[in-house]
Amino acid sequence: MRVDVKKTYKLFIGGQFPRSESGRSYELLDAKGNFLANPALASRKDLRDAVVAARAASEKWASASAFNRSQILYRVAEVMEGRREQFVSEVMAQEGVTKAQAIKQVDAAIDLWVWYAGWCDKIPTIFGSTNPVSGSFYNFTTPEPVGVVAAFIDGSSSLIDIVHGIAPILSGGNVVIAIANEEYPLCAITLSEVIATSDISGGVVNVLTGRTEELTPWVASHMDIDGVDGSGLEMAAYETLKRDGADNLKRIYRFKAEGSPQRIISFMENKTVWHPIGI
Amino acid sequence: MKFEYAPAPESTAIVDIQSEYNLFIDDKFVPSKGGKRFETINPSNEKVLSRVTQATAADVDKAVKAASEAYRKTWSKLSGAQRGKYLFRIARILQERAREFAVLESMDNGKPIRETRDTDIPLAAAHFFYHAGWADKLDYAGLGKNPKPHGVVGQIIPWNFPMLMLAWKVAPALATGNTVVLKPAETTPLTALLFAEVCQQADLPKGVVNILTGDGSTGAAIVNHPGINKIAFTGSTEVGKIIAKSVASSKKALTLELGGKGANIIFEDAPIDETVEGVINGIFFNQGHVCCAGSRLLVQENIKDELLEKLKRRMSLIRVGDPLDKNTDLGAINSQAQLMKIRELAESGDAEGAQRWSPQCQLPEKGFWFPPTFFTGVSQAHRIAREEIFGPVLSVITFRTPSEAIEKANNTPFGLSAGIWTDKGSRILWSAQQLKAGVIWANTFNKFDPASPFGGYKESGWGREGGRHGLSAYLKGDFS
Repeated sequence: MRVDVKKTYKLFIGGQFPRSESGRSYELLDAKGNFLANPALASRKDLRDAVVAARAASEKWASASAFNRSQILYRVAEVMEGRREQFVSEVMAQEGVTKAQAIKQVDAAIDLWVWYAGWCDKIPTIFGSTNPVSGSFYNFTTPEPVGVVAAFIDGSSSLIDIVHGIAPILSGGNVVIAIANEEYPLCAITLSEVIATSDISGGVVNVLTGRTEELTPWVASHMDIDGVDGSGLEMAAYETLKRDGADNLKRIYRFKAEGSPQRIISFMENKTVWHPIGI
Repeated sequence: MKFEYAPAPESTAIVDIQSEYNLFIDDKFVPSKGGKRFETINPSNEKVLSRVTQATAADVDKAVKAASEAYRKTWSKLSGAQRGKYLFRIARILQERAREFAVLESMDNGKPIRETRDTDIPLAAAHFFYHAGWADKLDYAGLGKNPKPHGVVGQIIPWNFPMLMLAWKVAPALATGNTVVLKPAETTPLTALLFAEVCQQADLPKGVVNILTGDGSTGAAIVNHPGINKIAFTGSTEVGKIIAKSVASSKKALTLELGGKGANIIFEDAPIDETVEGVINGIFFNQGHVCCAGSRLLVQENIKDELLEKLKRRMSLIRVGDPLDKNTDLGAINSQAQLMKIRELAESGDAEGAQRWSPQCQLPEKGFWFPPTFFTGVSQAHRIAREEIFGPVLSVITFRTPSEAIEKANNTPFGLSAGIWTDKGSRILWSAQQLKAGVIWANTFNKFDPASPFGGYKESGWGREGGRHGLSAYLKGDFS
C-alpha cells in the first residue's frame, strides 16, 4: 500500500509559495466534515508583502502589449486543462458535489479563462473613443489599468468565482491580490500553481488564504491599493470597506456572479489626449 | 515700445440683478423654510451684488420631493427625443442670452469677461447642445441595452467655473432622464439663479431642475438626503473624501471631480514661444482657479534659463485688473478666503526656501488680488509642489531625462491633468502613456469640449464628465 503525498496549501506572493509569516494556519474541513487541509492564515504583513510584490510587477504587466497579455492568459487556460483532475477532486471535496457536477464547473472555469483572455486586446477598441472636439485638435480616449487591485473572492462556487476574481483584473492590465474565499481556498492555491507555471511574472498574481474579516480593514486602509473587487464580502463589510477605502479614493465595486467586461473596465481609468492639428 | 490700453469696460446694463433671491423649487422661486440670507459680492470691488438664500435641510427635502415627483410623473415618461428637445431649447436660450450670462459671471466670480464671453458661456451652451443629441440615442452609448437613469441626482458645483460646471452637471443628467437638485457654490450663486429663469423660458416641466443656494451645510443635506439616488460633486479632494465616506453605506451612486497638481512638462526640443503661451494659459487661465491647472512646470534643465527669461517677459505683459475690461487677462481672486489660502501657500514657498518672482504690477486697492507669480528652486517636498494652490502661482522644477520628468510628474496623489511640450511625436505618445493623469494636453493646454471626457486618476476623482464616457455617470447600464 502506498501512502499519498499530500499537498501543503501555502500562500502565493511575488511568485513564491511562502507560509504565512505569522506561522498560522486554519483547519479546513470537506463538505462531509472530514479534515481536508491546513491552509495558511494570512496576516496583515502577508498582505503588505503581497502589495509590494504586486506594485513591483505592475509596470511591466501594464505595459505588455494587449496581444501579449492575451496569449499569456490563454496559456493559463492551457495549463489549467492539464490539471483538470486535481481541480475536479478539489471542487468535489470542498463543495460535496458529484464528479459530473465538478467536471462541469472545471470545464466552465477553463472556458471562462479563455473568454477573459480574449478581452485583453478588445477593451480599448470597444471602450475607448476618438472624440470630435470643436477646433483643430486630434482627441482620443483610451482605458488604462489603475494598478494594484485586491479581490475578495465570492463563494458561490469553489473555482469559477476565483477565475472571475483574477482573470478580468489581469485582462485590463492590472495586477491582483486575490483573497481566497475562506471556505474554498484549495482551488485558489492550485490555480496559483497553474499561474506560477504559465508565463505570468511573479507578483502579477498574488493569492492569500485566511480570514476575510481579518484582512478587510488592512485592504481598506492600504494606501498603495488602487482598487478592490468586494464581490466576496458581506454587505456590511463591503460598506465599511467603501468608507475606509475612501482615504485614497480606491475604486471599489462588487459584481454579479457572471462574466462581464464590466469586471475589466471597472478597474480602468480613461485617459484623454489632445494634440493640435496643423502644418 | 510700450503699448497703452484705454479702458474697454463691458457694460453691466445688460444684467438685471435682483436685490434678493429665493430658492428655485418646482419651477417657482420660493422663500426658504427658516433659512437666512447671505451676501454675494463682486470680488473685484467687494460691492454686494445681491442677497441669496441659505437653503435649510427642510428646503432640501422640499426640492428632493419636487424632483422625485417630476421624475415619476413627467420626466421618466417622456421619450428621449422629447427630453432632448428641452435641452436643445436650453442650449439656444443660453446662446441668445450669452452676453448677459458672461457679464453676470464675470461680476460674481471675478474672472475676465474675455474668458466668460469666449470660453465659459459658449462651452456651457455647447454642453447642452451636445447632450441634447444623446437623449434619444442612449441605447447606442455602449453601456448595454436600455440603460436606466438613477432618478433624482444631487449636484454640488464649485465657484471656479460656475455656469460651465452647472452645464457639465445638468446637461448629462437631464439628457439621460434624471431630475436634478443642484447647489451652486456659496460665492457664485447668481448665474445658477439666472439659469433657473432659462429653465422657465424653456418651459422645462416643473421640478426637473431645482436650484438651492447655500453653504456646505446645504451640500451635506443634499448628500445625506435618502431621496437622492446619485451624487455628483466637483470640488476639493478633502470634501470629496468626506462625501465618499458619507454615501458608502447607501445605495447612492457617486462621481467626483476633485483637485489636481498638474505637471506641464517642457522638453528641450519644445517650440519655445508656443510653449511659453501654453505655460501662461496653463497656470494663469482663470486666475489659476482651475483643478486641471498646469501648476507644476517641469522644464528640462538645459532650457530652463531661456524659458524662464521668456516667461518673465510674457508675464510682465499680463494685464491684471477690472474683470469687465475686455483687455484684462487676469481677474480677481474669487474670495477673501481663497486669497488668504494662496498667500499662505506662497509664504510657505518663501519659508521653505524657494525663490518667488512676480512682474511689477499695480493691483487695485479694493477687491481680492494676487499677481502672476512663479517660484524657482522648488523641491518636490515643498508644499507648493505638493498642494493645490488654486491660484496664479507656478512652481518650477527641473529634470534631466524623460524618465525623470515622468517620475516627478507622477509623484503626487493627484492625477487630473498633464501637459507635454516637444516636437517629437513618439515622445509625446510615450509621455502620454506614462503619465498617470486623466487628461493630457500635448503642445496645448486647458482645452475643453463637451465631446471630450474629463476627469482624474487617483485622488483627483471618480468617473468622467463629457463625451460618451460621461454618460455612464448618469445611467445604470450593463457596462459603465
